[in-house]
Amino acid sequence: MNKGAVLVLGARSDIGMAVAYRFAQAGYDIQLAARNVTSLDDDRADIEIRNSIKATLHEFDALNIQAHEAFVTTLPELPIIAVCTTGYMGEQKESERDMTSASLVMRSNYEGPSSVLGILANHFEKRGSGTLVGVSSVAGERGRASNYVYGSAKAGFTAFLSGLRNRLSQHNVNVITVLPGFVNTRMTAGMQLPIALTAQPSDVAASIVAASAQGKNIIYLKPIWRLIMLVIKSIPEKLFKRMTL
Amino acid sequence: MKLAGWGQYPIVEAEVVAPHSVEELLERIQLGHAIARGNGRAYGDSAISSSNTIEMKNFNRMLAFDPITGQLVAQAGVLLADVIETFLPKGWFPSVTPGTKFVTIGGMVAADVHGKNHHKHGSFGNFVDWIDLITADGKVNRCSPEQDPELFNWTIGGMGLTGIVLTIAFRLTPISTSLIKQKTIPASNVVHAIEIFESMLDVTYSVAWIDCLSRGKNLGRSLVMVGEHAEIADLSEGLKSNPLQSPKKNKITVPFYFPSFALNGLTVRLFNFLYYWIGKRRAKSSLMNWDTYFYPLDSILGWNKIYGRSGFAQFQCVIPLLHASIGIKELLQAISDANAGSFLAVLKRFGEQDSRFSFPMAGYTLALDFPITQKNLTLMSELDMITIKYGGRFYLAKDSRMTASTFKQSEPRLAQFKNFQLQRETNQGLYSEQAKRLDL
Repeated sequence: MNKGAVLVLGARSDIGMAVAYRFAQAGYDIQLAARNVTSLDDDRADIEIRNSIKATLHEFDALNIQAHEAFVTTLPELPIIAVCTTGYMGEQKESERDMTSASLVMRSNYEGPSSVLGILANHFEKRGSGTLVGVSSVAGERGRASNYVYGSAKAGFTAFLSGLRNRLSQHNVNVITVLPGFVNTRMTAGMQLPIALTAQPSDVAASIVAASAQGKNIIYLKPIWRLIMLVIKSIPEKLFKRMTL
Repeated sequence: MKLAGWGQYPIVEAEVVAPHSVEELLERIQLGHAIARGNGRAYGDSAISSSNTIEMKNFNRMLAFDPITGQLVAQAGVLLADVIETFLPKGWFPSVTPGTKFVTIGGMVAADVHGKNHHKHGSFGNFVDWIDLITADGKVNRCSPEQDPELFNWTIGGMGLTGIVLTIAFRLTPISTSLIKQKTIPASNVVHAIEIFESMLDVTYSVAWIDCLSRGKNLGRSLVMVGEHAEIADLSEGLKSNPLQSPKKNKITVPFYFPSFALNGLTVRLFNFLYYWIGKRRAKSSLMNWDTYFYPLDSILGWNKIYGRSGFAQFQCVIPLLHASIGIKELLQAISDANAGSFLAVLKRFGEQDSRFSFPMAGYTLALDFPITQKNLTLMSELDMITIKYGGRFYLAKDSRMTASTFKQSEPRLAQFKNFQLQRETNQGLYSEQAKRLDL
């Protein structure tokens, strides 16, 4: 009952690792991709042993876009599902002062993820099947003073995924945009997050697995964020620009 | 944060961190006064250091399994429940298991846990092939019966005071079904119970539940429960096709016999009475699933809370074989006289045990729960003295209230343990509130 492989890009992240475990539980083989990926060997072994599936490690740097085509073609098999959880929040203040820092945030959240998913999309299109999942953010729904550099990159990524979905819908390839609000991860450690609005990495993973099976397009996590963002997006700019959010 | 063991007593204000990497662990242990904490199932303060408690929950990976030898290599924070969930469907079971599956493998090493098969297979340490231990100097040391055996032997049962267990290689036991062939044998008193144990030394699993409110010639009236892993031939036709399946997980429910009102003499008495007579009436051979057989209390998550906010203590001692009958009788008499029976009174035969600091010795172990009250604390001190009188000793994983002088009297091995710590300079680096209390 080989279900094929799921590629997790950014497997070191809390969400990435949770996604890997969930898909392994569902019986998929797992391809873990990250920088310095050999340091994830303990996780690889654990995923294999607990779930009786095959898990492999693949060196991957989202920023090294020249290497992405080779990265995809050297995978042991073309995955049936690819989930991109890479991202980098950076410091908004730092990004305002220093364009190199801002560029790193933009490339990590937009250029890199779009590059690798774009290449995978070409392969999936040729095969005529597959699911691509991009973890973007509600921060990309409207730019705010507190994190608009990160938000703008996520906005770009969200638009990219939307276009990709439009392009591939004729080719039996589904594209899922995941829009988490707050998630309790190492990236957000130390922030004061409202419990009712904060998802756990395992919740995000479970939703991604379910959304892949159901062929969904856009999922908010938690679902309440769909409503929150609807409200935020509907505030007139005249008013919005004076608000502190 | 406020931290307590499973007995919710004592409660200690403690500094707690949960490192994510080995590097972080190494840094943390070098701050000194460190103790590793697994899933917090030791009853008292064994896994609490007020200044440096190190939670091992992020070290929960299984690293390798050899299907020929049954050897599993796992990080210390892996739960026994996860090991069972992963390996039982493949035909493997823990070679030794305590009465709860919600313990970590690291904790099983530190307490050198025993199970219902101790008289036959010994304690968990017998099945450990090697350990990677982080010592106080911040180094990772591989130790085994061949490699630094001193460190290995003191670590098994060493209550985390030789270092932080990082990785363990231990052997699982092959099984052909997930069921246990169980038989309940009523014993009219404690001497009778011991006779039954002695006649059943070949049986793999045995344990007795004692009605600790029985008196006079009925003192120690009990149900001796013995079991074996069922073979495929023991199963009904319907089960034979899938002999390793596990029962559907029941929702957490509090069974009828746990009263929602406060425990008192009457409810304990009623419970003990009913348990005995219902058990006696059902006394026959039956097939039970592994979860109900080994972990009856695990299905009631948070059962420790029925004792209320002031918590409870478990008294567990072992009396050497030579004095077992008289010693256990005297303990039960003291409990009966105090009218302080507990829901859980368990008697078990231990086999020979060759280890440095582990709890078991050839003899009988008695375990009882008491809610924390002044009266019960006094009773437990009395039980301590009876135990010492007969050359017995105490299970540190259960202890939360013993004094240093009691412990010292019960433990001729203490000086050697301290010597070893001095020699390896672990006495400053590792520390628990229990170690401080017991001057250990």
